[in-house]
Amino acid sequence: MIRGLMPYVLALWLFLIGLYGMVTSRNLVHIVMCLAIVQSSTYVLLLEVGYRAGATAPIFKDITSGRSVVDPVVQALVLTDIVIGVTVAALLLALAVQVHKETHSLDPEDLRPMTG
Amino acid sequence: MNPRVRVTLFLVAAVGITAIFVWGFTGLPSFGHYPGPYGDEVVRRTIADRHATNTVTAVVMDIRAVDTAGEELILFAAAVGVIMLLRKQRGERLVAPPTFAEGRHPIPPSTPVRVVSAALIAPAAVLGLYLVAHGGLTPGGGFQGGVVLAVPSVLCFLAARIRSFERLHDPAVWEVARAIAIGAFLGIGFAGLIASTGFLANMLPLGTTGTVYSAGTIPVLNLIAGPAVATAIVLIVVELLEQVTEVRAK
Repeated sequence: MIRGLMPYVLALWLFLIGLYGMVTSRNLVHIVMCLAIVQSSTYVLLLEVGYRAGATAPIFKDITSGRSVVDPVVQALVLTDIVIGVTVAALLLALAVQVHKETHSLDPEDLRPMTG
Repeated sequence: MNPRVRVTLFLVAAVGITAIFVWGFTGLPSFGHYPGPYGDEVVRRTIADRHATNTVTAVVMDIRAVDTAGEELILFAAAVGVIMLLRKQRGERLVAPPTFAEGRHPIPPSTPVRVVSAALIAPAAVLGLYLVAHGGLTPGGGFQGGVVLAVPSVLCFLAARIRSFERLHDPAVWEVARAIAIGAFLGIGFAGLIASTGFLANMLPLGTTGTVYSAGTIPVLNLIAGPAVATAIVLIVVELLEQVTEVRAK
């Protein structure tokens, strides 16, 4: 029971450690990286849900169609997840550039409520 | 909020999150015992009905191609968002960039880095094209190959002077290429609406399983998604690099 849960606990740990980094961070670029770690927990969780002991990748170029394979649906979801993660990171980094131009600081503590 | 209060709040939340996660985990199938049935059905249909061998690409580019169209639009919106955020704002003027960052010494260009980067440009482009073209057969596909297709641009930045990089990467050209790619993806979708059963439906002959020209519209969509992804990534890189060469001050 406990052994069956351990791989899922890895996803939880990645989620929490990334969140801790975001909560305590003093640098906006660092926060974006922490968000990427939080998101990577979803990749791990999705792949674990579709895993099948002893199975291979769901690609039938060089295996027979009868072979046991892992779930391709969650793998496609992870692919989407990664693309969205990259786009969100790019947008947030662009925002960080603008914040640095305005305040000459990347420390979220220095951010003031927006005006105008 | 002082840091200690913040960490305490985080710990309280973390305990709550852990409890909810563990509760959720106990309802999941035991690790290594995926029960199906969707994945198995997708595998069966990919081989029998689509003549593709990479079932992941079959999900992305055929069975759930509508979701991929949305994903392409998100990528498009993100690239546009980055361009909008980083354009010249009101009250900003261009100033000459400092030759090196504050507190750092200029580093002379490294010949080994430039030589290796220049030497890798062609292999990276070939690998990207291979991943795109064989996406329906072996590991790869439009998205994975598209990211690799953006690598030659980054290598070009490492190998050449930034001015030469900028000459090769006029945002206007890349924006048009990006628009054409995303338009072509949606065009294939509408063609499916006219020629077949629905938006982005597979409507081309399926061919012989295992060959590059098999699986109907899957290789076509891969060939379109590759440049679509590559141009988006290159545009984001170009826009962020522009911030280095043209510092804008108030």
